[in-house]
Amino acid sequence: MSGKPSSTPAWLASPRARELAYLVGLAAAGALLPLVVYPTLAMKILYFGLFACAYNLLFGYLGLLAFGHAAFFGLASYVCAHLVTVVGLTPELGILAGTAAAAALGAVIGWLAIKRTGLYFAMITLALAQVVYFYLVQAPWSMGEDGIQTGPRGKLFGVISLADNTSMYVVTLVIFLAGFAIVNRAVNSPFGEVLTAIRDNEPRAVSLGYDTRRFKLLAFTLSAAISGLAGATKAIVLQLANLGDVHFSMSGEVLLAVLIGGIGTALGPIVGAAVLMTMFDALAKTGAWVQAIQGALFVGFVLLLRSGVVGTLSGLFARKTR
Amino acid sequence: MTSSAGIILEASGLSKQFGGFTAVRGLDLTVHRGTVHALIGPNGAGKTTVFNLLTKVLPPTRGRIVFKGRDITGLGPWDVARLGMVRSFQISAVFGRKSARDNVRMALQRPTGVSYRFWMSSAWLDRLNDQAEALLDQVGLSDAADVPAAELPYGRKRALEIATTLALDPELLMLDEPMAGLGQEDIARITELIRTVAKSRTVLMVEHNLSVVETLSDTITVLMHGQQLAAGRYADIANNPAVIDAYMGTGHD
Ligand SMILES: Nc1ncnc2c1ncn2[C@@H]1O[C@H](COP(=O)(O)OP(=O)(O)OP(=O)(O)O)[C@@H](O)[C@H]1O
Ligand SMILES: [Mg+2]
Repeated sequence: MSGKPSSTPAWLASPRARELAYLVGLAAAGALLPLVVYPTLAMKILYFGLFACAYNLLFGYLGLLAFGHAAFFGLASYVCAHLVTVVGLTPELGILAGTAAAAALGAVIGWLAIKRTGLYFAMITLALAQVVYFYLVQAPWSMGEDGIQTGPRGKLFGVISLADNTSMYVVTLVIFLAGFAIVNRAVNSPFGEVLTAIRDNEPRAVSLGYDTRRFKLLAFTLSAAISGLAGATKAIVLQLANLGDVHFSMSGEVLLAVLIGGIGTALGPIVGAAVLMTMFDALAKTGAWVQAIQGALFVGFVLLLRSGVVGTLSGLFARKTR
Repeated sequence: MTSSAGIILEASGLSKQFGGFTAVRGLDLTVHRGTVHALIGPNGAGKTTVFNLLTKVLPPTRGRIVFKGRDITGLGPWDVARLGMVRSFQISAVFGRKSARDNVRMALQRPTGVSYRFWMSSAWLDRLNDQAEALLDQVGLSDAADVPAAELPYGRKRALEIATTLALDPELLMLDEPMAGLGQEDIARITELIRTVAKSRTVLMVEHNLSVVETLSDTITVLMHGQQLAAGRYADIANNPAVIDAYMGTGHD
């Protein structure tokens, strides 16, 4: 945005140029990522990064603190896993179906929640997400505590086998880039301008004739859909949908990723997701400590890096170039 | 004066209760097209509440509002804005993280009908920049186009708010204390600006600065405890004993 001209180099001034630069940069980073971390972790970083970008659309740009995004991620994961396992859909159709289910759920939960703001909004989204959680605990098709094991990953379009991690990684990267492009465009669109206007001053946006409820609902639905895209991808990658996907700690983790990386920045959620996934992976053997360290991190980032890794870095950068 | 011209806004029996407290009580208000109508009264008289009722930010407890011959009592605040009744706020309302240019552009963007297009690049909006800058120029903000609104001094925020409101070219401009918090120089400038823009539209304004009210307004409604105390021209109001007693004597100027 033209808000901080001094922090943006001239060649990145136009929104289109910046979008392209982000995409090329992320594609390059994504190509190099498997050289640094093992494939499954790399894929986790990608789908969780996408989830965090989707969450950031709502939290960072519209300023709404939702606490139930696990419902969209988790429902999509279950729907996708169920459809590829029981109905025998190809992975891409399973992912599409999961995304659609999350979008529909997002429209419903959004419609119920956006009438409230602040803490009430957070509480309603949490409560409704818990309804989805308990539904998936009980529903016969979701296989209770075990979750849905999908078996082999199947063939993309019925042709390309995803059994080996390389092809799976490429597909995950493509989904990630597409999802990121959608979120990033939404943020840098006339629609995105309205979202940030609502975040800055909702009564003013209303007084200019914007029906802010509709903008919030569309943003919520879009955020839910992309969260679903991430969740459905997770089901294919890990060949599993389980209660962890829809548990409220998942909603907390996506919030944490955005806070760590930098709220309302394009790349922050991805950085946050990478930090978080890498940390979970490293701590996986230490068991109970994960929770404690997660809590400490949360406090640490909120207190020390108030604008997250990316926000703080770009702030430093802006000060140097000024 | 144009008191014979058509009526643009008419409220009848307007009441607003907050719990047990009645902030506005059975107010009848008629605003004639092409006039500058001032709404004055002591602090807490209910002026801002009346604005909130007229612009449908708050639902009235009782009463009816007709704007341009249309009953708007059941509409949402965004609908009212689209019909051409656009307000500014008592406490400056800007989009703090957006540049001054982008603030004005938010108003220009709305009638273009592209605001739901999340797949379209915001580069499209650059076509509105010239118009936005012309509006900034009109309020003396041309040098601040790139400055985030939150970083502007208070007087310039108010000017930006007026530029943003004017960008919608409203038929009825509603200003809630446009001079509040402004220095003498800014007051003179904004007064001139309101006088200019009032040539082609109707203005309803709340204002405590009585010399501004005297300079600008054709009609004045005095509000007290949520009720109309008096109405008429400045000279009539100024000589009304009830008004002098209740309002002029309380030290407002
Ligand atoms: N949302 C609300 N809830 C409860 N009471 C309110 C609300 N809004 C206003 N009031 C009360 O209604 C009365 C009128 O307030 P209002 O803001 O309309 O006054 P005003 O004439 O604009 O005053 P000022 O000159 O100080 O701006 C006040 O007593 C105020 O406390
Ligand atoms: Mg007031």
